[in-house]
Amino acid sequence: MAIFTEQEAQALLKKVLAFSKADECECGLEGSITGNIRYARNTVSTSGEVSDVTLAVQSSFGKRTGTATINEFDDASLEKVVRRSEELAKLAPENPEYMPLLGPAKYDKVDAWRDSTASMTPADRAQMADASITPSRDKKMVAAGFLRDTKGFFAMANNKGMFAYHRATNADFTVTVRSEDGRGSGWASLDFNDVSKLDTGKASAIAIKKARDSVDAKEMEPGRYTVILEPAASVTLLGNMARAMNQRAADEGRSFLSRKPKEGEELPEDAPKNRIGEKLFDERVNIWSDPLHPEVPTPAFSADGAPVGKTVWIENGVVKTLPNSRYWAQKTGVPYVPTAYSGGGLFGGGVQMIMAGGDASLEDMIANTRRGVLVTRTWYIRSLDPQTLLYTGLTRDGTFYIEDGEIKYPIKNFRFNESPIVMLNNIEELGEPQRINGSLIPPMKIRDFTFSSLSDAV
Amino acid sequence: MHRRDFVKLTGIGAAGLMLPISGNIVTAAELVDTGLDFAQKKQLANIALSAATEAGATYADARIGRYLNQFVTAQELRVDNIVNTESAGIGIRVIANGTWGFAATSDMSPDAIAKAARQAVAVAKANSKFQTEPVKLAPVKGVGDVQWRTPIKQSAFEVPIKDKVDLLMEANNAALDNGANYITSVLFQVNEQKFFASTDGSYIDQDVHRLWSPFFATAIGATGFKQRNGLGNPVGMGFEYLDGDPKEQIKVQGANVGYRYSYDMVQDARDAGKQLQAKLKARSVEPGKYDLVLDPHHLMLTIHESVGHPLELDRVLGYEANFAGTSFATLDKWRSGKFQYGSDIVNLVADKTQKHSLGYVEYDDEGVKTKEWDLVKDGILVNYQAIRDQVHMIDQNESHGCCYSQSWADVQFQRMPNVSLKPNPEKDLSADDIIKDVEDGIYIVGRGSFSIDQQRYNFQFGGQLFYEIKNGKITEQIEDVAYQSNTQEFWNSCVAMAGPSDYRLGGSFFDGKGQPSQVSAVSHGCPTTRFNGVNVINTARKSV
Repeated sequence: MAIFTEQEAQALLKKVLAFSKADECECGLEGSITGNIRYARNTVSTSGEVSDVTLAVQSSFGKRTGTATINEFDDASLEKVVRRSEELAKLAPENPEYMPLLGPAKYDKVDAWRDSTASMTPADRAQMADASITPSRDKKMVAAGFLRDTKGFFAMANNKGMFAYHRATNADFTVTVRSEDGRGSGWASLDFNDVSKLDTGKASAIAIKKARDSVDAKEMEPGRYTVILEPAASVTLLGNMARAMNQRAADEGRSFLSRKPKEGEELPEDAPKNRIGEKLFDERVNIWSDPLHPEVPTPAFSADGAPVGKTVWIENGVVKTLPNSRYWAQKTGVPYVPTAYSGGGLFGGGVQMIMAGGDASLEDMIANTRRGVLVTRTWYIRSLDPQTLLYTGLTRDGTFYIEDGEIKYPIKNFRFNESPIVMLNNIEELGEPQRINGSLIPPMKIRDFTFSSLSDAV
Repeated sequence: MHRRDFVKLTGIGAAGLMLPISGNIVTAAELVDTGLDFAQKKQLANIALSAATEAGATYADARIGRYLNQFVTAQELRVDNIVNTESAGIGIRVIANGTWGFAATSDMSPDAIAKAARQAVAVAKANSKFQTEPVKLAPVKGVGDVQWRTPIKQSAFEVPIKDKVDLLMEANNAALDNGANYITSVLFQVNEQKFFASTDGSYIDQDVHRLWSPFFATAIGATGFKQRNGLGNPVGMGFEYLDGDPKEQIKVQGANVGYRYSYDMVQDARDAGKQLQAKLKARSVEPGKYDLVLDPHHLMLTIHESVGHPLELDRVLGYEANFAGTSFATLDKWRSGKFQYGSDIVNLVADKTQKHSLGYVEYDDEGVKTKEWDLVKDGILVNYQAIRDQVHMIDQNESHGCCYSQSWADVQFQRMPNVSLKPNPEKDLSADDIIKDVEDGIYIVGRGSFSIDQQRYNFQFGGQLFYEIKNGKITEQIEDVAYQSNTQEFWNSCVAMAGPSDYRLGGSFFDGKGQPSQVSAVSHGCPTTRFNGVNVINTARKSV
């Protein structure tokens, strides 16, 4: 029984808490069933189904904390896991930053479950893989892809009366199509809570077209270009920026949001240590999180059980809010800013980002570009300087030269050295946001994007 | 790596470490418990093999695994987390109708094992409808009953937690007392107890140990901050690696201390503090072409990215096209017998047999005896890394023995063995000897930012420490260095290397590959090596 209902989860956690002898006890129950199919060279290579449920118990005596987990649910096992966490807590050194547990709270109701996804079978997966492989083979192309569907739940409770529950389904798909001679390569990806929206054939058609159109790429000199970044080309850079937006790191002087004196300036002792309130980006930049967004729902509570609602991180280019821990919020005398639970299992991952865009489609954006480069996706992104958020990486699977509103020809891939901060200052146009990796990101037209060298990779 | 395998061990956003952890959390006592004995495992494995064969499998293997980890994390003067994990179960792989099938279960009852074996056969039969390339296995002779253990002096799991906490606290204090403002230090200890059985007649029980103790230190200056990571290596050794034996240190004049088969974490943390202060004051590099002298702790990652990955046969053939990518080192280049991968002093070998390395085992995860083989000989591409179902595609009939799975629950596939650059066979030169011939160059130490394209042509690598070399001498620490090159061009610019006494093993604890992604640990050995006329860029940019 990998998927517990709210009532089943609550009953089990209540039983666990009854065994506790610690000052404070909190437990989390998380389960999922994940199926996948993988193919390459136009044939299925591997597929599988994994089911798992884990109970984690955290016990505390004063500021000493221990955690233990188990995946057996008879009474003896439940008591054993509680005792284990208590033993570990007694062995642990005191954590000076330990915060007392939170009490009960009311949470918004989130709708993230779709029966279509929850009822996927191996035959469905094979069919969806075939809808990608067959058209590729027919067009003398070679497809490699991966489809995964997950249903899962997470519940938490503590001995102060807190209880929270969330369940969700998710399906994600990526496909790379290459020409038989390896001179062209295209890519597409889709992810939804509802697998019935996931059309592997349609996504594969885009990848097939890009693969065909990218054969015989020409060389362009590296330099600064106006680029149109499809959401897959910018999502990692933006995600890296979002993860670096932490109040504590900023206050401690080790973030791009640490307040530093300008040349010749002396900051008073009590000056703010971070850059909340500063305009760092173009005024069209608005980024927020919202657990209730119907396209990209997340749990409406954080890992410590605090309710999470809509939080605006950047408004009209101004840094509005930075997430923090309860310890740091208390120490610096500011409100606690939790983020939605994204621990293990289905909900593991980064910060959900919703970025405002416009109405323009990708095609519209290409049509009103005089000269530029269309980037399908970026790859192998690594930090060069955490102070300026300078990153390096490469374009991949479909890079094209645009002239007078049309794609003229494919070009060789570039290495870029660029910062999302600079990018978000050089916005020309934002298109209609699309879901990617659980976030909503618009295609963006950016001027003066820095390509530093050429790559022969296809 | 799959998202679900990450556990966040520290609470500080960007500086936080996301670490792959799988398994259930257990107490320390359970980590030294030996688990099932050989006879019990053999009996359970035989149940799986019989059930698979009866269901129609033409080949089957079973891996009974018990995977133990301990992670200790300390930030500044507080212990952040102590986590013990255990994961145990059985993974069964079969061939039916010429197609692979796989199933795994943590339920070790005979019925559950037989059921999983039949499920693996059912998956194989279902997928065989779409199969266009039936599996061809290179022959392997059964070896009967075998037992093997990583040669360690002291199991890290038997060392009291207090000693580990004390070590991390001492290292953190040393960094903070000498110029660092923040430091996170971690101790990873891994034990894989894996039993392999196959219908070829092998029953192989292996007890594999690995250890890594990285740290990440930061210093804040008036106008910004700098970071310096530890220079210890992940190793296939026990706790003895951390005894700080001075005989295993290699000192480079005017620069750093390198660590061979013993690491002094406290001394390295002390050095890190001082070097951080020097980094805050260091001059920014002038971009241009330089002769580079690369320290082994840095060069290992360049080898990993520009030699290890492109010579994985599954990448070359397109099996990884949708994730990690393909390779520039195509079969026609290899078949020509003339592809000049590097200059004629470049000899790159693959192995899973080097003592102290992360890849060291007696048999791989499909029961093949491990060995060493040439990848690049006298500069020419001569071979790839391939396993039983791949070698026929390169006209060979013996697997290279580099098949691996991260756990009992994941299917085994081709993974990178140790890939190493051989030291100078003629003269046992030191790092100082290599530096003294350089007129205008940069000496790079430690692994920094690294990025390479999906076919492994264009790369850009940074480091931890950079030193200017003028007229054969190290003059000063500099900053903001990264070099950008093309794999073939770079290895052909290799002009000199130090000898066997300078040879060191570096490594990667969490190399990722596959979908769903699996991690693997791999070492790379090399001496201090010189590359001429490499393009160096400046990575600093004005803040916004």
